[in-house]
Amino acid sequence: MPEPSSAQNPGEAVGNAGAGGTMDLAATEAETLVPGRGGEPDPGDRPRSLWSDAWHDLRRNPVFVISALIIVFLVVIAIWPQSIASGNPLACDINKSQDGPAPGHPFGYDTQGCDVYTRTVHGARASITVGVCATAGAALLGGLLGALAGFFGGWWDALLSRISDVFFGIPIILGGLVFLSVVTSTTVWPVVGFIVLLGWPQIARIARGSVLTAKQNDYVLAARALGAGSTRILLRHILPNAVAPVIVVATIALGTYISLEATLSFLGVGLRPPTVSWGIDISSASTQIRDAPHMLLWPAGALSVTVLAFIMLGDAVRDALDPKLR
Amino acid sequence: MSTLLEVTDLHVEFRTRDGIAKAVDGVSYAVQAGQTLAVLGESGSGKSVTAQAVMGILDSPPGRITAGRIAFHGQDLLTMPERERRAVRGARMAMIFQDALSALNPVLSVGHQLAEMFTTHRGTSRKDARAKAVELMDRVRIPAARQRAGDFPHQFSGGMRQRVMIAMAIALEPELVIADEPTTALDVTVQAQVMDLLAELQREMDMGLILITHDLGVVADVADHIAVMYAGRIVETAPVHRIYAAPAHPYTKGLLESIPRLDRKGRELYAIKGLPPSPHHVPPGCAFNPRCPLARDRCRTEQPPLYEVAAGRTSACHYWHECLHGTRDSGTPEGAGR
Repeated sequence: MPEPSSAQNPGEAVGNAGAGGTMDLAATEAETLVPGRGGEPDPGDRPRSLWSDAWHDLRRNPVFVISALIIVFLVVIAIWPQSIASGNPLACDINKSQDGPAPGHPFGYDTQGCDVYTRTVHGARASITVGVCATAGAALLGGLLGALAGFFGGWWDALLSRISDVFFGIPIILGGLVFLSVVTSTTVWPVVGFIVLLGWPQIARIARGSVLTAKQNDYVLAARALGAGSTRILLRHILPNAVAPVIVVATIALGTYISLEATLSFLGVGLRPPTVSWGIDISSASTQIRDAPHMLLWPAGALSVTVLAFIMLGDAVRDALDPKLR
Repeated sequence: MSTLLEVTDLHVEFRTRDGIAKAVDGVSYAVQAGQTLAVLGESGSGKSVTAQAVMGILDSPPGRITAGRIAFHGQDLLTMPERERRAVRGARMAMIFQDALSALNPVLSVGHQLAEMFTTHRGTSRKDARAKAVELMDRVRIPAARQRAGDFPHQFSGGMRQRVMIAMAIALEPELVIADEPTTALDVTVQAQVMDLLAELQREMDMGLILITHDLGVVADVADHIAVMYAGRIVETAPVHRIYAAPAHPYTKGLLESIPRLDRKGRELYAIKGLPPSPHHVPPGCAFNPRCPLARDRCRTEQPPLYEVAAGRTSACHYWHECLHGTRDSGTPEGAGR
């Protein structure tokens, strides 16, 4: 069998090729020596997995860079709102009710005479907390249940699918009005819990679907043929290959959960004062939109930018993780 | 020479919406230690399902082994507890899949996947396992093995990927390797190299090999014995050189005739007329009768047993005599084409 050694000897390889017929095996073998994909320049020249490949793409995607910068900024002000707004969002002066911008108070005042700028900055914490916690909860719960349903199938799958159908059937706003109106807590946790409760089926469906797809792959059969057990197959071979769609959906869901929190707060069943939230501010500003539009503009703008940033990030991540778009 | 694997009267059924499909219907074959058995047949003839039953990776449901015995070193694998069976898989018998790209995990480097064979089955330390993985890649002649161990499956060419697959299968020096169409997904030139490599490793390690293929050309140089399958049954078994000289079943004969040959250049290529039967509707009698040039009334009613044609040769044809010695004109495939 002609082996790579013959490829190192150009004269011989040419001779073989000249002889024609079966002897150009050496040439083919030499071709297979070329690493990487089909001669395409391989930047970095290091082995690249799906993840490093995706990261490589993302860094060059302006949509990702812009949305990531916005998100980093939002997270920073959510953790340290005092860094850019040193005032107290609850310290209000009713004499300044609905006043316009003033020195040191660039966004003006709301009906209660509170500083809109301070409240807008401090409102990020509630939105980000709800978004991140609800997404983490829904992704963990939905991902776990969906993966188990997809992996084991049978009655477990049937049961889970029916339960998630039931939760799918609950209109989210109506459900929020019913469930959250009985809650008296002023923390973010009832809202987080409610969103997780109604949000997990969506992620469970995606997780189930992608586990079902990954399960069909030959490498799962191959792993079994090489003596791997169920746990190992699930953890090593199925989950790493099924997790990408879940991440994408969760990132996009994060944006929608933030707007859902604002919606619920607007309706008066989400977060409650004294928690500072964009939803609450939008709600109280909505009746004064003709007299003092600045009260609505700033929290609503902040909300829109935040939701947009997360959805753009999700889109960019999806493009990077979907091999078919390459 | 001892019998490594003996499959006896194996029946596998698939329960589907359209009813029960008998994918494997009473297959028996044996593999001797250090020998190669080629299992030949068209798609859907049950050759891969038999192999999956032997490996114990049959999808069940819908697949189900309804009868039979699969003895490995005389020990019945079908009655063995799953725990013990899993220890056999990978370590003492292994499988090579057709499409290495889909049979390797895309998110793990090949070196890692190879090393895993040692860490899980043998409890080798990570570092030693890594070294062994590189050694294996060298052994299947992947150039620059050390550098390439960190690469992912999609970064290898088809032939190299199949070598990785082979390396994984032989990692723990199993006594039996089942290769399910190992070269079908490859270019013709690379096919020959991979086959040569497989044959060489088999000789070196003295392992039993079941080579599943639909390509008669691949078999000739490598196999010791051939079992030809049709519609879930074995229709002919023979030592390899005998089958090429004189097939004892019209189906085998048809397969041989349909290989393109240089000395028949310019002539129309022979094709067996008709299509293989659906596993839901296998014709009564001999399953091959609707396509067979030798078929008579008896073939349509009476299922032929495996007749002993010569020492170590069997044929499931009532008229194997005619086929083997060509005593009737219609036995020639040219006559059948019209």
